[in-house]
Amino acid sequence: MSARDRILAKLKAAPNLPKPEPDVAAWFAGHRPVENTADKVARFRKCIEFAHAEVHAVTAITWLPKLREVLAARQIDKLLVAEETPHGNAALDELPPQGIECSTYDMPIEAWKTEMFHATPASLTAARAAIAETGTLILWPDAKEPRLMSLVPPVHIVLLDSAKIYNTFYEATQAEGWKDSLPTNALLISGPSKTADIQVTLAYGAHGPKELIVLLMGDEQ
Amino acid sequence: MSSVQPATPHPTDIYFFATCVVDQFFPGAGMDAITLLERLGIRVHFPEEQTCCGQPAYTSGFPDEARKVAAHQLTLFPNDWPVVVPSGSCAGMMKHHYPTLFAADPARRAQAEALSARIYELTDFLVNLLDWQPQDTGGECTVVLHTSCSARREMGVHLTGRKLLGGLGKVTVAQQDHESECCGFGGTFSIKQPEISGAMVEDKVKALKATGAERVVSADCGCLMNILGHAAWKDAQEGRAQPSLPGEHIASFLLRRTAR
Amino acid sequence: MNAQPIHFKPSEGFRDRAKAVVDNPFLRQSFRGAMDFLMSKRAGQFPDVEELESLRTLGEQIRQYNLGKLPELLVRLEENLTRNGIQVHWAETPDEANEIILGICKRVDAKLMVKGKSMVSEEIELNHAAEAAGIGALESDMGEYIVQLAGEKPSHIIMPAIHKTKEEIAKLFHEKVPGVEYTDNVDALIQIGRKVLREKFLEADIGLSGVNFAIAETGTLCLVENEGNGRMCTTTPPIHVAITGIEKIVEQLSHVPPLLSLLTRSATGQNISTYFNMISSPRKPGEKDGPEEVHLVLLDNGRSQAYADEQLRKTLQCIRCGACMNHCPVYTRIGGHAYGTTYPGPIGKIISPHMLGLEATATMATASSLCGACGEVCPVKIPIPELLMRLREESFSAPHPNPAMRGQGAGYNGLVSFVWRAWATVYRSPMLYGLATWAGSRFSWLMPSSQGPWTTVRTPLKPAPKRLRDMLKERG
Ligand code: SF4
Repeated sequence: MSARDRILAKLKAAPNLPKPEPDVAAWFAGHRPVENTADKVARFRKCIEFAHAEVHAVTAITWLPKLREVLAARQIDKLLVAEETPHGNAALDELPPQGIECSTYDMPIEAWKTEMFHATPASLTAARAAIAETGTLILWPDAKEPRLMSLVPPVHIVLLDSAKIYNTFYEATQAEGWKDSLPTNALLISGPSKTADIQVTLAYGAHGPKELIVLLMGDEQ
Repeated sequence: MSSVQPATPHPTDIYFFATCVVDQFFPGAGMDAITLLERLGIRVHFPEEQTCCGQPAYTSGFPDEARKVAAHQLTLFPNDWPVVVPSGSCAGMMKHHYPTLFAADPARRAQAEALSARIYELTDFLVNLLDWQPQDTGGECTVVLHTSCSARREMGVHLTGRKLLGGLGKVTVAQQDHESECCGFGGTFSIKQPEISGAMVEDKVKALKATGAERVVSADCGCLMNILGHAAWKDAQEGRAQPSLPGEHIASFLLRRTAR
Repeated sequence: MNAQPIHFKPSEGFRDRAKAVVDNPFLRQSFRGAMDFLMSKRAGQFPDVEELESLRTLGEQIRQYNLGKLPELLVRLEENLTRNGIQVHWAETPDEANEIILGICKRVDAKLMVKGKSMVSEEIELNHAAEAAGIGALESDMGEYIVQLAGEKPSHIIMPAIHKTKEEIAKLFHEKVPGVEYTDNVDALIQIGRKVLREKFLEADIGLSGVNFAIAETGTLCLVENEGNGRMCTTTPPIHVAITGIEKIVEQLSHVPPLLSLLTRSATGQNISTYFNMISSPRKPGEKDGPEEVHLVLLDNGRSQAYADEQLRKTLQCIRCGACMNHCPVYTRIGGHAYGTTYPGPIGKIISPHMLGLEATATMATASSLCGACGEVCPVKIPIPELLMRLREESFSAPHPNPAMRGQGAGYNGLVSFVWRAWATVYRSPMLYGLATWAGSRFSWLMPSSQGPWTTVRTPLKPAPKRLRDMLKERG
């Protein structure tokens, strides 16, 4: 018998004690009131700022200037962007003439690992959605905007559409039908990387980004 | 889990289950509790055949022995009166563990469940069944209250002792650091792990003394045995003739403070 | 590195190890401070008692529902992971688990494995096994990195280096990391760790991680973390190996949000961790990063024994938040190392006997005052004090055939059992009780002034000269 068969045999020999199915939906319905967009934006912002992220309200017109400003404030002149995404293309069009070099994730990581780890000071990605309750960004990295973009560069800048903020993680998974469509890697990000492993003292930039900057895209007014 | 009951008619008769610790080591606390109840117009019945709730064996991993002793107590309370226990931990044993203990014995289980519904920790009984509002007749003083872990977590009655003391006009109840933490008694734990238990009671006594209260009161004699035993030991070690942390059962304190 | 094997008998020397910490005021203060901090952080997350209690009830229901279907769910998980391209392995024992992992390493001639935080990898002594096989196993969680550098073991399941001060860590880095000047600035220390470990992520052949939840219906592995090293380990090296106990499974994705909320709020008082990383497949064609291979090792190691008993099964509800140790007055006094087991504190006391046998762990269950603080905070409502009493019974009862646990009867002592039987005989008989206590009160002066362990820090117990029943009789 294989280990698998032995383990399963032991478990199956144990008393069969079925338990009623938990009603998760009812709990959320009873404990997490639905909020309007303005309230969700405010809550999202409060929570993620509490977790040390920087948030800027922007519009379709102001986000690129704000991005430039954010980079300039840190004296960063190089940004990793995703080709073939609207925001990536916009950055590629606008930033290089203004003195910011834009690199792209155009080949498998094996081909440029060292550069990614040693010469990529910042990255720009979009967030798929967000969660108000916990101040959380939802990212589904893909071939265009791969996983390491939100992990390796010390500064991670994220574009988020404020209309895409859910109340809770539960609501996000339900509304978007996650259970039938999970990607290779789905990520919830709720601040810059941190640790409290030395004497419970909080320190940022443990292994991932030291800074997380959210450009929160709202209406024109 | 607090046994706040719907308005029940004021009970006229109760059974008093003293616990073996009170019977043998703190009889004065038992007398004071009985006197207090009688002063409130209650007829107190003390079944002479009572011994111990069985908890020492139960928590030590000897449920069969606990069951034998518990089975005997099941027979002591024939009338449908409340059973008042001056100890959160023994009350917890009778209220919450008796039904489990007799799970495999339907007749006794039914008895245990019926009894469980009638078990009251003393301060819970005074507050929630009698709605007693003590009238303070003493002078200014500061005390600190220690609530046992069973009273707090099993019986959910940690607020009733505080409420009774809070109702005494001239008594200030001090707040100790880490109030909800265990004093380190734990029955046989204090014997089996004396180092850890000793460290716990040491910290507890320090926290109680740091409040500057003139005494500690508690509704559990197990904790008092531990806390006062350590405080007295420390006094002896450090050559103090007067106890640096006197203490007593809350019933004794309440009786004295409300003496007419 | 110099990981010590921990498969000694944790029971042996427990009291000595506990005493060493109890007698060290400095260590005691540092555990107290850290636990106070974690307790207040948790309390801050649950201002609403109704919300907390209903969420705990939901957490308990979710865990019990899933355990109720465990064998079926494991098979479904395996099917869905396999469909997603993740390779599933089963291990009944730590040795089997090590063999599987080292087999993967050897197949690709791996030199270096970087590890995200995984208590199950500690449980199987993976670092030790890898070292013996000539494969480097490097911890990358800052706390784990620190204890590994010091040649120690984690002292807390969430905060592995909680027993160390920043000065000790400063000294350690200065001595063990080439070219590092002494600094006790926490930010600077973390940046040193970051720099060293980033090079290792680049170099590593294998990334190892634990799993917080495995979702059967989607075939997904979920990881909770703050640092990002877990994401590094599961994204950068060409092969990712995850290891988990067979109990960490949920049927549905919808079970995850409540458990995640309970986990992070109970553990560190965060409303959510910085990262929640859900992995459902290796790198797909066209994707530019992520491992080419993902493996999951499912470990039994005694869990099926707990599963076989209705009461003991509750042990497996655990989501490893560590709140029970943060709130435990015993853990606070003695820290994690004194237990001598991978999992310390209340959860360690109830799970370790299934892993190591009661013969090695019989003492652990006695190291509790049964104060109930653990059960009160446990986010999935494991009745820890009840389980401790059960383990005491399993250990102290006379050995019998078909025991529920390995090592049943290991703590059996004929004399002790006789004393309890005699006690029951006296206390069930009003007459004998009357006689014994009458004698006790009459001859209380005979009570010795030294009463063993009791009088090491307390005055001796003396029965009162008159019992309550005597006083009542006199009163008439
Ligand atoms: S037993 Fe409960 S409190 Fe302890 S680690 Fe497990 S889930 Fe957390």
